[in-house]
Amino acid sequence: MSALDTGHQTGPLQRASSLAPSQGLAGRAARNTVATVVVVLAFVIAVIPLVWIILTVLQKGAALLPDASWWLNSQRGITPRIAGGGAYHAIIGTILQALATAVIAVPIGIFAAILLVEYSAGRLARVVSFTVDILSGLPSIVAALFIYAFWITTLGFSRSGFAVSLALVLLMIPVVVRSTEEMLKLVPNELREASFALGVPKWKTIVRIVLPTAFSGIVTGVLLGLARIMGETAPLLILVGYSQSINTNLFSGNMAALPLMINNDRQQALEPAVERVWAAALTLVLLVLVLNIAGRLIARFSSVKK
Amino acid sequence: MTFWKTSRLLTIAAVGALALTGCGSDDNTSTAAPGGAAASSSTAAADCGTGTLNGEGSSAQKNAMDQVSQTGYLAQCPDATINYNATGSGAGRKQFTGGQVDWAGSDSALKPEEATAAATRCMGNPAWNLPMVAGPIAIAYKLDGVTDLTLNAEVAAKIFQGQITTWNDPAIAALNSGVTLPATPISVFFRTGTSGTTENFTKYLHATAPDAWTADGSGDWAGKGEGREGSAGVAQAVAGASGGITYVEWSFAQDNKLNVAKVDNGAGAVELTGESAGKTIATATQVGTGNDLALKIDYTTKEAGAYPIVLVTYEIVCSKGLDADKTKLLKSFLTYFSDPATQTGLQDIGYAPLPAEVSTKVKTAIAAIS
Amino acid sequence: MSSITGRSTVDQVPGPTGDVPRGRRRLGDTLFGGAANLSGVVVIAIVALTGVFLATRAVPSLLDDKVNFLTSTEWVPEPGNLRFGILQILWTTVSISVMAMIIAVPLGVLNALFLTQYAPRWLARPAASVIDLLAAIPSIVYGLWGIQVFAPHLTGLQKAVNDGLGWFPLFEGPISAGTIFIAGIVLAIMVLPIITALSREVFAQTPAANKEGALALGATKWEMIRTAVLPFGRAGVVSASMLGLGRALGETIAITIIVSSVAPGTDFFASWLQGGETFASKIANNAAEFNDPSSTGAYIAAGLVLFVLTFVVNAIARVIVNRRKAFA
Repeated sequence: MSALDTGHQTGPLQRASSLAPSQGLAGRAARNTVATVVVVLAFVIAVIPLVWIILTVLQKGAALLPDASWWLNSQRGITPRIAGGGAYHAIIGTILQALATAVIAVPIGIFAAILLVEYSAGRLARVVSFTVDILSGLPSIVAALFIYAFWITTLGFSRSGFAVSLALVLLMIPVVVRSTEEMLKLVPNELREASFALGVPKWKTIVRIVLPTAFSGIVTGVLLGLARIMGETAPLLILVGYSQSINTNLFSGNMAALPLMINNDRQQALEPAVERVWAAALTLVLLVLVLNIAGRLIARFSSVKK
Repeated sequence: MTFWKTSRLLTIAAVGALALTGCGSDDNTSTAAPGGAAASSSTAAADCGTGTLNGEGSSAQKNAMDQVSQTGYLAQCPDATINYNATGSGAGRKQFTGGQVDWAGSDSALKPEEATAAATRCMGNPAWNLPMVAGPIAIAYKLDGVTDLTLNAEVAAKIFQGQITTWNDPAIAALNSGVTLPATPISVFFRTGTSGTTENFTKYLHATAPDAWTADGSGDWAGKGEGREGSAGVAQAVAGASGGITYVEWSFAQDNKLNVAKVDNGAGAVELTGESAGKTIATATQVGTGNDLALKIDYTTKEAGAYPIVLVTYEIVCSKGLDADKTKLLKSFLTYFSDPATQTGLQDIGYAPLPAEVSTKVKTAIAAIS
Repeated sequence: MSSITGRSTVDQVPGPTGDVPRGRRRLGDTLFGGAANLSGVVVIAIVALTGVFLATRAVPSLLDDKVNFLTSTEWVPEPGNLRFGILQILWTTVSISVMAMIIAVPLGVLNALFLTQYAPRWLARPAASVIDLLAAIPSIVYGLWGIQVFAPHLTGLQKAVNDGLGWFPLFEGPISAGTIFIAGIVLAIMVLPIITALSREVFAQTPAANKEGALALGATKWEMIRTAVLPFGRAGVVSASMLGLGRALGETIAITIIVSSVAPGTDFFASWLQGGETFASKIANNAAEFNDPSSTGAYIAAGLVLFVLTFVVNAIARVIVNRRKAFA
């Protein structure tokens, strides 16, 4: 006790010393025990539903996945009354839409992050940082609504997989910007200074020194961004129709995607359709997990030395 | 070094993903053919079209559409792709007039102001309402201990209006002597959003019990209760707990194993069967002109054994104005769909075939599409 | 920029003093800086366009609105006779989000504390990765699980709440099949991993000196957390919560799957044991009816309010975080 009283430290320790004297030792110990119990209990409470979800998806969805046709066939010619067929059309739709999104969002995101870190002096950088914050809070349904109003109503294009990609771009940019920004900030300034000292132009320093150093971190950010957008359902509802057949043309026609396939088949009560709903959900979760894990592995094994 | 290693990996991954586009298969004939029960093989080989046709709309005809487009027609014309999104009749009509889909499935014919918009979409040609799928709407319920229930229009209207709130209400009991009704509160479920099923059901209520259901028939719900999304949504909600009631296409009631109420049309309680629904559908008269086959159903029929709550769902198509390939495909598909053999096959999944007279007219109209 | 040579400067070997001809060096820099600026401008343009587009589509419908947009519960966006108000939608949206936050924020913070301060290392690492991964599970999966698997288990709890607290408007019956209550809990479970993951990151960065100092002075573990870890992480927790709140406000498909809509014309009600529609689910439920400009405008107006709502939430978070930084 007396040890606490003697402190004239600043900050947290001051706060620590201020609460101690009024309480008995036993009271403090009891409080500590209660806190421990509450914290552990909270963890248990939180873990239960999360584990429950995973188990539900695994248990209901695993039956169809070992089948090769699940991965190689579409749902063409299949009705809710018929078992069989696969999710290939939806998997390929999800992947293509995600790739198209990445092709647009990644360059914009990386350059915007370069602006924020390497050219951060101007007012533009500050405004960009603020708008990226707004984008990161943008609900996916609003992004979809905007693309609908802009791309379909105003410009007169048809609904398509590409319209979905455009909406997803809005959701992916902030993820790429923020993660790239963080990685670029971790690149030691000494590297930049050494490069400048050798007379290397700024842009070349960024391309040859800064980006490669931060590269794996940027990749991680991109993969996490992809994982985030692949599960989005709202833009799909508004911006593209579902097709049971394979369509690899992003620019025209109905195109499946895993969330759309789930959404379509969940309208059915019959066993074959219900099985497919959960199998598609499990497939989607697996796809997202693979990207997540890949991202984290790249980050762990080749990250910028902090 | 890691830079190059990772970029090489990424390139491989991206190329691999793109290469994946080649390795999938649309061919499910090995699984589909034996299972496709109602796919009638007797239909004459249709004059096949090729390419893709996108439709959207009524969820009432979703099951029929799946059956016909994915099993029957596909077996005949393996090069054609027919997509149908069951987002609701209102949605289908709007996406059609907006030019986003090639045809709409709808439980009600185009309204006059929609017909104008549709004509614009069809390059100045009128759009036609072609009746294609007929089916009964079931009053589906779940109530522990009660599997046999009779209702009439007035009691149903009061239930869906929220005026009758418990199952043992005297008005229900009066129609169900001999049935022990529990005091369970009634939970009414309706369709969220604009729905053709809602429109047909409320038209029926307003036509047969105008005092109890004062609002005109409308796609937007005018009663009480809680809304669920789509036919499947209401059916699943009723299946969820005892005391629920809804109006839903028969096939969804069957799929969800719900009880279906008998309806007293004034000439006694009528059980819902393909036959009893067919009797009412036979009363349909054409209100459209020429090849526009919009129908009017006599909901107030008092014919013995006629189940009065039915709907006819239409395919709304351009009489002219689609490009040649799509026109060919559309005509070929609809001809197959309206064929009596195809129509009979739909009975197994909760629909009623079109009356012969109507289906002849539909055939003529389809032939006139150019 | 007069001396554009068109030659690449990539292979230019700079002199020892870095004294490359100015023009050549600048070309690369101009292009590159230009690309960076352009991307920045694109990002700003996207956000500005989103706002402007939604506003220009919404305003004509708002002007034609026959009822008060903010205080009416009607929603009949009929062309020619537009009557739409957001009161009930706003209430449902806020209710679900607030309920999700009430559950998820304390749980998330406690979880983060467990993972950083209490859990043994062998448990903390894998548990943290699992929770990170859960943040990436698509919301449609949460929605399906919520209504099909989880909701039946809440029947008893909802009934108990209604029996005990039914006199309070928030818990009035009759209980719906898909309630705000269920959606609130499911959304809490959904944003929990996000809040946990972000809070964990900031807690883990608490300077060891602060923690060890507190312990050295004889503080119990809990006192150490209260005095060293929590104050350090407060700003991070706030921004994590705001991110979670943003997700909850904008969540679409899980809500459409779970929550029942209410019959048109129903008077305003506050009960959490009944259904309702959020901005996002209202838009999604009627998504396909967007072809008439004036009724589409009504939904876009709802989307605009949602946009503004999340914008305000983010702005508040930014202010709080920045102020903490300024005084830290």
